[in-house]
Order: sequence, then C-alpha cells, then structure tokens
Amino acid sequence: MEMIEKNNNETIKIDDPFYLGGQTFNSRLLTGTGKFASREIIAPMLNGCGSEIMTVALRRMDADAGAKNILAYIPQGVTLLPNTSGARTADEAVRIARIARAAGCGDFIKIEVITEMKYLMPDNYETLNATRILAAEGFKVLPYIMPDLTLAHRLQDAGAAAVMPLGSPIGSNRGIKMEEMIRIIIESMDIPVIVDAGIGRPSQAAQAMEMGADAVLVNTAIATSLDPVMAARAFAMGVTAGRMAFCADMAGETNQAQASSPLTGFLRETA
Amino acid sequence: MEIQLNGAMVTTSAPHLMALVKAQGLDPGSVIIEYNHGVIKQDTWEKTPVRPGDILELLSFVGGG
Repeated sequence: MEMIEKNNNETIKIDDPFYLGGQTFNSRLLTGTGKFASREIIAPMLNGCGSEIMTVALRRMDADAGAKNILAYIPQGVTLLPNTSGARTADEAVRIARIARAAGCGDFIKIEVITEMKYLMPDNYETLNATRILAAEGFKVLPYIMPDLTLAHRLQDAGAAAVMPLGSPIGSNRGIKMEEMIRIIIESMDIPVIVDAGIGRPSQAAQAMEMGADAVLVNTAIATSLDPVMAARAFAMGVTAGRMAFCADMAGETNQAQASSPLTGFLRETA
Repeated sequence: MEIQLNGAMVTTSAPHLMALVKAQGLDPGSVIIEYNHGVIKQDTWEKTPVRPGDILELLSFVGGG
C-alpha cells in the first residue's frame, strides 16, 4: 500500500483500489438509498463520503403518482447496485434482477431473498439458487447471506462477484455480532467480502475493515441520522481507518502487559 | 378491455402502453414496464398495443439498502 502525504500532512491518499466485478473502485464504503427523510440529501451525502456504489430497490408503482424515480437523485457516475428485496424465492430474485438490468441498471445485482420477517434473515438456499442462475447470465452477483462458510464457498464456485455476510439484523445498528463467522469467511474467500447490514456506527465499520473485510455497506445508520452528510463522512473515515489498520498488519492481543517503556528501574539496573 | 395491472384486473381503453401509463397519472420517465413477463423499453411503448388479458407490471426504482 502506497501512502502519499500532502504538504499539510493532514490529507492522506491511499492507493488501495477495491476490485469488484471486474471494476476498480476507490471507496470501500457502499451506501444505500433507503429511509432518507429527504432524497435531495443523497447527492451531498455521496459527495461528502466518496461512496461509488449505491443500492436501489424495485417496486410496483402505486397511486402515489408523481413520485420521482430514485435514480433521479443519484449523481451520474455512481455504480448502481439494485437489490432483489421483496423476493421470497430464487425465481422472484431472478425476475427482479432481469428487470433491473433491462431497465439500464447495469450488471451488478445484490441478491436478497428474505422469507423471515422478524429478523429479516436471508434465505441462504434460495440465494444460492438465484446466484447460480444469475451468474450464468453474466450478472455480477453480490449475495446477501447469513455468514456460513460452506455457503460462501458454494457462492464463490457459482461465480458470485463477492459475498455479503450480515453483521447483525438489517437496520438494527447492532454492529458485527457475527464477528467470528465473518472472520472465517474473510480468511477463506478469494472473492471480496462486503459486510452488510447492522453496521450502526463508524467504529463498527472500522472493526469490519480491521478484520479484513474488503468493504462495508451502510444504509440505515446514515439515512436515519440527524445529519446524513456528516454521518456518511464519519463512516467513510471509519472505513478508511479500519482498512489502513488492516493493511498495517496490527499486532495481536496478549493477556499480559507488553512494556512500551524500558523495564529497567529509573535509577537501578533491574526492575 | 380487461387487463391484469399490478396484480389486479382492471378495465382500460388505452390503445397502447404509453397511453396506459399516462392514464394512470404516472410520469413515463419514472416507470419501468414489465409486459407479459418481459421488460419493454420506453421507446416502443407507443407502438405496443394493449390487448385484452395482457399482464402488466408498472414498476419503479425506489430507495433501498
């Protein structure tokens, strides 16, 4: 990793590209478009945090005519990551993915198949089935999963562009409760691991990145904060801090103290 | 004629898809049409007649995570 310090020593640019689905990104913070009180805040939020990939959802239009398509609020150049939220089966997820691509959203698709409505846990089996179909059709598939190593391997074998294990339930702000399972997946995968769901604080985003996650996806915590622009910047800083710490290969923990000052007594030879 | 629109049977006299979208009071620029299980591009909406029994979904991108 190359660090370039600018004259004032305050701004540090890191040459640490994020490769996903055959594309190169600078930001490792993916953001969502749900739950914003005002959609006009999305553009300044993106400007402030540098996120280059944004999720969107697809729904039936209702009588609420005149409501502008969310795409109208997303700046040009942002890579769209449509999700398959609302899908209960692999077939429904595949249908949504095909519509999204045909509508001009590109090849990325976040597979989200949920049948359990209290904790919104993903259905790993249907997700795998959808991934197999869509990867074969040339989609860049990002499956949202309950962290399970065997499943992650099968998704990788099926051609997934990344896996997106959940940190904790969607929108819960509870952080990386699935830490140990995610750590195992990170250690084992060749494809990127993007921690999705439950990240409620920049410190939790930093934690995921320190663990070696390739990126994180944050929506609720930014969108529902009082100041989404500032919150997004804070998350971007958390992601960068965590990533830099990972790349710096921080030392591990020990139970006993490890002196950071010389152990000799002040005026004596032995401690 | 009767068509299936967003899961419900409705009666319409719209001659083509563009007219149908406008009759629903929707902004064409915000609508994605799934027409008999396939997506149909907007530049063909005016040429695509609405026929009895058509299955249409009028969709749009919305905020999501």
